[in-house]
Amino acid sequence: MSTEFARKSHETLVDPKLQLAIYTATGRLKEKRIDVVSGSALPDYQELRAQANAIKKHTIDNLDHYLEEFEHNVETHGGKVVYCKDGTEVADFVLSLAKERGAHLIVKSKSMTTEEVDLNERLEHHGLESVETDLGEYILQLAHERPYHIVAPALHMTRYQVADLFERELHVPQETVIEKQTALARSVLRQKFLAADIGISGANFLVADSGAVAIVENEGNARLTTSAPKIHITVAGIEKVIPRAQDLATFLKLLARSATGQLLSVYTSFLSGPRRAGEIDGPDEFYVVLLDNGRTRLLPDKNKRQSLYCIRCGACLNTCPVYRKIGGHSFPWVYSGPIGAILTPQFMGVQHEPALPFASSLCGACGEVCPVKIDIPKILLELRSDVKKSDAREGRNRLEKLGFRAFAWLMTHPRMFEMAGRIGRSMGWPTSKKGPLGAWLSERDLPPLPAHSFRELWRRR
Amino acid sequence: MGIRVSLFVTCVVDQLFPQVGMAMADVLERAGCQVDFPEDQTCCGQPAFNSGYRAEARTVARHFLDTFEASEAVVVPSGSCTAMIVHHFAELFHKEPETLKRVHALEKRVWEFSTFLTQVAGVEDVGARLDRVVTFHDGCHGLRELGVKDAPRRLLARVRGLELREMTPAEECCGFGGTFAVKFSELSGAMARTKIDAIERTGASTVVSADPSCLMQIQGALSRAGSDIGTLHLAEVLASR
Repeated sequence: MSTEFARKSHETLVDPKLQLAIYTATGRLKEKRIDVVSGSALPDYQELRAQANAIKKHTIDNLDHYLEEFEHNVETHGGKVVYCKDGTEVADFVLSLAKERGAHLIVKSKSMTTEEVDLNERLEHHGLESVETDLGEYILQLAHERPYHIVAPALHMTRYQVADLFERELHVPQETVIEKQTALARSVLRQKFLAADIGISGANFLVADSGAVAIVENEGNARLTTSAPKIHITVAGIEKVIPRAQDLATFLKLLARSATGQLLSVYTSFLSGPRRAGEIDGPDEFYVVLLDNGRTRLLPDKNKRQSLYCIRCGACLNTCPVYRKIGGHSFPWVYSGPIGAILTPQFMGVQHEPALPFASSLCGACGEVCPVKIDIPKILLELRSDVKKSDAREGRNRLEKLGFRAFAWLMTHPRMFEMAGRIGRSMGWPTSKKGPLGAWLSERDLPPLPAHSFRELWRRR
Repeated sequence: MGIRVSLFVTCVVDQLFPQVGMAMADVLERAGCQVDFPEDQTCCGQPAFNSGYRAEARTVARHFLDTFEASEAVVVPSGSCTAMIVHHFAELFHKEPETLKRVHALEKRVWEFSTFLTQVAGVEDVGARLDRVVTFHDGCHGLRELGVKDAPRRLLARVRGLELREMTPAEECCGFGGTFAVKFSELSGAMARTKIDAIERTGASTVVSADPSCLMQIQGALSRAGSDIGTLHLAEVLASR
C-alpha cells in the first residue's frame, strides 16, 4: 500500500523517539483512567455507562425534537442559534458577523468541531486573526499541525521541540522548563484575550431543557474565551445536544474520568446566553452554531449512528494498541484512533481511505473503555463490509474477492479442504516471499508444518 | 455415560496445530466426556467475515450449522472462533429468520474449551503436571466477547508443578487480528514485540493461551527475536503428565 495512511504509519513506526512519546503519554492516561473507574473508586461505573448510552440513544433517536427545544431555550435567553451545513457556512457566518461588527481578532478555545472544518485557516484566509488559547492547540497552531490526539493535542511533542518552536515563532530565548513555557504562552495569550473582539468555543454538551452550553476544560482559557470578548460564538455538532441539565450528572462523571483520569475537570462552565442587566461579565452577543457537516448522513443507519454518541474523551485512543503504535497524524482526518476509524469513513465516504476500518486487530479494547458504550468493533466490521460492497460496485480488488469466493467454496467441500491441506503440507511452506506469506515473514517466523492434519491423526487414533 | 461432546478443532488447529486438537480430546475424555469429531467440519468463516466478505462468510457459517446442528455440545480450542459462532453468526443471518432460529438454537451449545471444562463439565483439576514457569496470554475475543478470564487461570492453578506469572499488561492484543497480521504486517509486528517485552519481563519459559492464532503470532515473533521462550496451548498444558 502506498497511501498517505500507510506512509505516515510507517514513518511513525520507525521513529523510536516518537514511539516512546506516544506509548508513554497514552499509557499514563490509560492507567489514570483505570484507577478512577475501578470497582472501588466508582462502584456504579457500568450503570453510568449504560445510562449514558441510553440517554445518547434516546437523544439521537429524537434529535430534531431536542435541537428545537435547545434552540427555543437559547433564544429565550437572548442568544441566537445558527444552523450550518458545512465549514463554508460556518466561516461565512463568522466572517459576515466580524465584518458587520468591525472585528479583527478572535480567540478560540479547544474544539474538535472547528478543527473538522478548518475554521482557523478559513478565517485567516480572509484576513482575520484567530488564536488558539488551549496550550496544546496554541503550540500546534504555531507548528501548523493538526491535533495528534482528541484530548491531548500536542501529545507527540517533547518540551525540547516546544522550546525550538517558541524560539522560532515567538522570538524568545530557548526555554525548556515546562512551567516557564506555559508562562510564556500565557503572557502572549493574555494580551490576545484582552484585545479580542470575538471568542469562539466548542461545546461538550448542549443542554436542551435549559438552553445552556456546557464546556469542560483544565486551563481556564475556555472560560476567558467565552466571557472576555463582546461577542461569543459556540460551534458545536448537532449531536452534542442532551435532553436535561440533570443528565450532566451522568456525563460529567464519565467524561473527565475517561479522558484524563480526573474526577472532574478543573473548570466546568455553563453558558446560557449573553450578559444580562446587572451582570458584571459575559458577552453582549451570544451565538450557537449548530453544525451538520455530514452528521445527518449517519442518521438513517440505526446501528452505525451510535457513532454520534461520542463525547470525545479519547479513552479509545489511549487504550488502542494500534493508535499507540501509529499515533494520531497517520489517520487521514482530524479524528484519530478507533473513533476516527469509524467516523472518518462515515463522514468522508468509505473510499476516502478504504484501509482505515481494516487497520484494527479487532481486539475490542476500544469498545470496552467507551464511556457511552459505542460498539466500535462492530461498526468497524460493518464498515469493512461497506468497503467491500463499494469495491465490488467499482470493480476494485477483484482478485481478493475471487480469493474469498475460493475460500468459501473450499470450506464447504471438506474432502477438497483436506486434500488441499495434505498437498500443502507435502510441499512445505512456499519459498517465494511475496504476498501474504512474505508479509508474515517480514516480521515473524512460520510454525513448522505438521506431518498430518488433525483429522488424519483422529482417524488413526 | 458422560456428556457427549463434538470437537470443532478449527481450520488452524486441523491444518497447523493438530497436537492441540489431540490434547483437547484427551483432556475432555479424562473429564468424562464422550468425544466425537464431525468429519465435515472446516472453518467458522471468520476470515471472510472480518475481511468484509459477508456473503462468503454466510456460506461457510451455513456449512458449520449443517455440520454441528445435531451435536449436543460443541467445544472449540479458540476463544476467537467461538465468539464468531456465538456472537457474529446471528449478525450474519439477521435477515433470515429461519436460519437465525437455527443459529440461536446452536449457539447456546457452543463452548470455548476452558469455559466448557469449568462451567459445563465442572472440572478444574484435570490431573495434569507440568514443571514450568508460564505466563498466560488472554486472546482478545475470548476475553472481551466471551468474558473468558478466570476459567483458564483456575485450570492452570491446579496443574502440579506449574507456576503462573501474570504479565503486565496481560490484556493487550498480540497484534494477530487475522488478515490484519499480513495487511498491516509492520504494525502487527510492532504490536507483537510489545507483547513479547511484557512476556519476557515475567521470566516465564512458556507462554500459554487458549487461542492458537495468538500463539502462532507470539511464537513466530519470539522465534524471530531469537528468544528461547516457547508456546503451548492451554489444552496441551492440561494434557501434560
